[in-house]
Amino acid sequence: MKHTISVLVENHAGVLSRVSGLFSRRGFNIDSLAVGVTDDPAVSRITIVADGDEHTAQQLEKQLNKLIDTIKVKSLGEDELLSRELQLIKIAANPQQRSEIFTICDIMGAKIVDLTASTVTVEISDTAVHLQRFEELVRPYGIKEIVRTGVIAIQKGPESLKK
Amino acid sequence: MTEMIKAAAAMVKCLEQEGVKVVFGYPGAAICPFYDELSKSDVHHVLVRHEANAGHAANGYARMTNKPAVCIATSGPGATNLLTAIATAYADSIPIICITGQVSTDQIGCDVFQEVDITGAAEPFVKYSYLVKNAEDIPRIFKEAFHIAGTGRKGPVLIDVPFDVQQTLINYSYPESVELRSYKPTVKGNTMQIKRIAEALMKSEKPLICAGGGVFSSNAKDELIALAEKSGIPAVSTMMGLSIFPTEHPLYMGMLGMHGVKTANHAVKQCDTLLLIGARVGDRAVTAPSFLAETTQIIHIDIDPAEIGKNIATDIPLVGDCKSILSELTGYIEKTDRPEWLAELNEVKNTVPSENETEGYVNPKMFLRKLSDALPDNTVCVADVGQNQIWACNNFNIKKDGRFLTSGGMGTMGYSVPAAVGAKMASPDSQVVVICGDGSFQMQMMEMATIVQENIPVKIIVMRNNRLGMVRELQTKAYKDNQIAVHLTEGNPDFAMLARAYGIESECVSTMAEAEAAIEHLVKSDKPYLLECNVFKNESTL
Repeated sequence: MKHTISVLVENHAGVLSRVSGLFSRRGFNIDSLAVGVTDDPAVSRITIVADGDEHTAQQLEKQLNKLIDTIKVKSLGEDELLSRELQLIKIAANPQQRSEIFTICDIMGAKIVDLTASTVTVEISDTAVHLQRFEELVRPYGIKEIVRTGVIAIQKGPESLKK
Repeated sequence: MTEMIKAAAAMVKCLEQEGVKVVFGYPGAAICPFYDELSKSDVHHVLVRHEANAGHAANGYARMTNKPAVCIATSGPGATNLLTAIATAYADSIPIICITGQVSTDQIGCDVFQEVDITGAAEPFVKYSYLVKNAEDIPRIFKEAFHIAGTGRKGPVLIDVPFDVQQTLINYSYPESVELRSYKPTVKGNTMQIKRIAEALMKSEKPLICAGGGVFSSNAKDELIALAEKSGIPAVSTMMGLSIFPTEHPLYMGMLGMHGVKTANHAVKQCDTLLLIGARVGDRAVTAPSFLAETTQIIHIDIDPAEIGKNIATDIPLVGDCKSILSELTGYIEKTDRPEWLAELNEVKNTVPSENETEGYVNPKMFLRKLSDALPDNTVCVADVGQNQIWACNNFNIKKDGRFLTSGGMGTMGYSVPAAVGAKMASPDSQVVVICGDGSFQMQMMEMATIVQENIPVKIIVMRNNRLGMVRELQTKAYKDNQIAVHLTEGNPDFAMLARAYGIESECVSTMAEAEAAIEHLVKSDKPYLLECNVFKNESTL
């Protein structure tokens, strides 16, 4: 089962290594980890997507909480979160294939960010599931390169993760 | 009010402010600015003979005072030598502050002489660590380090200070309080939950207390004994919990686990409710926690929320400091006697297994009982790791104010002598006795020099069986007696003679009669003393 966990941490040197070290040390499997500074420059927010059963998820949350630099940990349920991931894809495309690819991009909400005689580079930001679907649609043309940021997530509704 | 001083002097002042009287260390170039300032202070420095032993000595000191103790090493190999001691303190939740020198900030990352990323290397087993980049941060960092090490679930904190940082002039003022929004351990237990526990204990027919090292961290020994006595609940202890209950307390059933005693394990198996206090259900204590949780109601009190549910499923969890929790809990409990449950346990307790004496050797179990009986009530027993440790755990008679120290979680050989040095310096009025083997002694025998230099009258018992006895026994049982790399016979020195070479009084005994005479001498002597006991090579652990 996938778990999405938001963590607020002190934004100083060594924090990311403490968090990532925790995963290898305790044998947790993570799908993705994304980190960035928040509106408060002293605080960073990490979004972790991890795989495991309920016991693993609980332990993960407790161990993250135990880190001295951790300000807050919140596990976001599937129904209460909005998640996004940014992906850049370089697709092989000769001039004849371009319009087909443009149509797919248009329907799927992707944006063309670079164009050459033999490639189209596309930016798409959506849920991991949607990104997967898009990838499948363009795969037949030939994917030359993919870069993903990892998932970031926020709670739906007016509530926010307080420090 | 502030004054401009060198950061190295500030480091020393911070230690003074924290009430540190003794530090254990080993100098080197990168930590020299600090040592230079330390020499001007009243803080006493104990020069150990290996950095790991500085950490173990601080460990022993911290366990006796229940406050963070300090060890010091230089950069590179000095710091890496400390690692085992840091891991040892981490595994047993012992508060130590490790100060290491580091190469100058402009050289960090250049692989210069004696440079190592020690905060990186120690990261998996420190409670927290600092690499000081800005000298002005030193007072705040020291204040935080002592706070973090000594509160919540205690543990080691590492402060790595580059050479140039130590020499920078700073405005010194020691902060009065700590501001850490991200670190606020839960101390007070939830009253509703405490009442639930009281109710569960009173309903239970066969309740059992399992006491761990957390009881010492919380200084809650008296509170726990009071709870046991009022509720009539018998108790077992983990290795880290040894000496909470005196061995001869009528409710005490001994150490549980793989190397525990029959009574304790019988009690764990038969109880219907198990109250775990400051114990983490380590694999050596409870080998099949899931099986135990199926048949037994588990109540778990711990200051570390992450321990609850980690190794065993819990019916009633409670996070907090056990000292106040236990007092509150005892208040809700009615005075109870449990004659049937105790009778059942005492029946097992009273069946003493027969012991043989092998001609020409000292029986270690009998010896330890005799030794401990002859020692005063407040004796501190420091056991090493291996057969000697288990012999001591199960046979050293701990009296009312006695204390038992050992490396429980990490099982670090070479712990006992330096830890005893620390313990003796913290408790100079107690007899401090080391129990170690001929294997483990050779991992720490350089500390005889420290003992002599500082004139620390610890008593060292070396159980010589010319074997790495516990591994030998494992090979006998699990590897068809294929004894490999466990024979020490040929390299073993004459330990008593070696001690005399350091100027330490010593004897070597091979019979119980000789041992008894030596014990008499050991108890009376106020000098360092080493007793080498010849033990039969195939002596069993249990």
